[in-house]
Amino acid sequence: MRLFRVMRIVRTALRAIRRNPMRTALTMLGIIIGVGAVIAMMEIGIGSSNAIKRTISKMGANNFIIMPGAAASGGIGFGAGSALTLTPQDCDAIIRECPSVRAAAPLVHTHGQIIYEGRNWIPPNIYGSTADYLKVREWTNMAEGEIFTDKDVRSGNKVCVVGQTIVRELFQGQSPIGKEIRIQNAPFKVIGVLSTKGANMMGFDQDDFVLTPWTTLKFRVGSMNVAQTQSSSSTTSTSSSPSQLYPNSQQSLYPVPSATQAMNNPQPVRFANIDQILAAATSGDEIPQAIEQITNLLRQRHRIADPKNDDFNVRNFTEMTNALTSTTKMMTNLLLAVACISLIVGGVGIMNIMLVSVTERTREIGLRMSVGARARDILRQFLIEAVVLCLSGGIIGILVGCLGSWLIKYFKNWPVETSISAIIASVAVSATVGIIFGYYPAWKASRLDPIEALRYE
Amino acid sequence: MELIELKDIHKTYYLGDIDVPVLKGISLEIEKSEFVGLMGASGSGKSTLMNILGCLDHPTSGEYWFEKREISKVSSDERANLRNHKIGFVFQNFNLLPRTSALENVMMPLSYSHEHLTDKEIHTRAAELLNRVGLGDRMHHEPSQLSGGQQQRVAIARALINNPSVLFADEPTGNLDSKTSEEVLKMLQKLNEEGEITIIVVTHDPNVARHTKRQIHIHDGLIVNGNNPGGPQ
Repeated sequence: MRLFRVMRIVRTALRAIRRNPMRTALTMLGIIIGVGAVIAMMEIGIGSSNAIKRTISKMGANNFIIMPGAAASGGIGFGAGSALTLTPQDCDAIIRECPSVRAAAPLVHTHGQIIYEGRNWIPPNIYGSTADYLKVREWTNMAEGEIFTDKDVRSGNKVCVVGQTIVRELFQGQSPIGKEIRIQNAPFKVIGVLSTKGANMMGFDQDDFVLTPWTTLKFRVGSMNVAQTQSSSSTTSTSSSPSQLYPNSQQSLYPVPSATQAMNNPQPVRFANIDQILAAATSGDEIPQAIEQITNLLRQRHRIADPKNDDFNVRNFTEMTNALTSTTKMMTNLLLAVACISLIVGGVGIMNIMLVSVTERTREIGLRMSVGARARDILRQFLIEAVVLCLSGGIIGILVGCLGSWLIKYFKNWPVETSISAIIASVAVSATVGIIFGYYPAWKASRLDPIEALRYE
Repeated sequence: MELIELKDIHKTYYLGDIDVPVLKGISLEIEKSEFVGLMGASGSGKSTLMNILGCLDHPTSGEYWFEKREISKVSSDERANLRNHKIGFVFQNFNLLPRTSALENVMMPLSYSHEHLTDKEIHTRAAELLNRVGLGDRMHHEPSQLSGGQQQRVAIARALINNPSVLFADEPTGNLDSKTSEEVLKMLQKLNEEGEITIIVVTHDPNVARHTKRQIHIHDGLIVNGNNPGGPQ
């Protein structure tokens, strides 16, 4: 029954609004422009913000590196990443079990001369990894040829892909596909050329780069870590179990097998450790979760109870991540400021017109009171009028804003993204603006004395 | 049966430090289905008296009995409710909502009513009243398309929509020429006789007062004569 009454008041408000279409249109224009600007700004802003985010994350802001911990022997530290604790199985487990990780790739690297026919070159980095490496780096488009497959990785095929700088320096711009280069005297067939990536933030040429399957680089290229592993294991004992690779660590990493167990399960001599794992989070916001998931997973796999004893560490690109979050935050704040200003301007417009309307309709208010409207009926009527004005203005504003951003997308090719939350927010905000800025005029109207109001000329 | 009884009503306006007494002790009885003319020069207090009788204002002191109920001290919400259900107003300048059809103007008071009528019932009732005041063919005209007399008849229909006990007409013919004045007054007479509605006309025009059955003259906030129901002095 109350609903019935409210509906009647809404209808009265609608009728009053319709009675003066010009004034209604002008009032709504304020809100239409406000909400339209908000929607267009939001869509353009979110589009640009996402485009910036994508660019920065292509630079590697979502990436992070898992390094093995530091080894030390007889009081001499070997520096970060010198322990041999990360295995390719760790990497597989990360891909399998960490939902916040978009991609991960094992990494081994070496440094040395590469030779093609009569020319030679020393790239700063020769990396061994899987095809996922390029996924992590968001570098999957090849200029020529193809990336090697998982099968190549499994069987340690001698294939590689090279960067643009190698093509320029070693092949003098000719297509290197199918040619054979030698990396530290091991022959590799070039099967792909990477697209240009340019220098990174440190000015480091990222195109001066050779990528091979990590197994090939690990086991078939001279002076690699296999030799180190064997040598380090030979210095400690005949067994090459990873727990005994660094004898002076305070606590053995994995349960020490008994002599019988050791006899029953001989460790393979080739303990396949990798130098790093490179991983990418699904998005910039997910980096902390991804790091936590990886840390927990590796602690579990390496049977570490006390975080102090971690035999690995995870590094993210804090500088870039910060740049990413501060850019995003700044964009959001900027948009919010613009939105607030335009909505306040629209709201003041509504208040202005409603105040004029109350004065202009003083006699009508008096009449309504004389036929039995209570103060709160009048308040409600004017409030509902303001809210109806704001809401319908808001809805038209959304359409105008969407159209505006679509036009900008169509003619200027700016990145634009429709934002449902912006639409919902501006409907809610325009209703709120209607209530807040409509309240004072409505309250003024309800406080009128019916006798005075009826006499008002 | 007594509809209205005033006992020693005073009304004083306070303008800063100055007290302006407007009504200085009015006592008065009005029976059901009377047709009363409330007369007096401007400034005599007849409008103030009508405001108090019409529950638009409350007296400074005194008792106001309306249908055996003392209402001089009720809240403004309760007064609004009384105005809605028991009292109808007709004004000198009609006070119709502009750009709103006659029918909607007549229906308007029902949106503040506690009665729960369907849209159809409201519509039928308003249409019946417009027929009764002779405007059945002009229901969808807006006030600007109606003559003064027709507008006043719409206002009368609006005043009657809630079946009030009493109808107040404040100078109902003040803005009309003599011919339409006559028509409107005839209509009020007819309503009074046929519908047994109590009608109180506030006027300073003796020609208007002639149509009423009883005149009450007010001078300087006091009743000069006429507090005897039944007929003119």
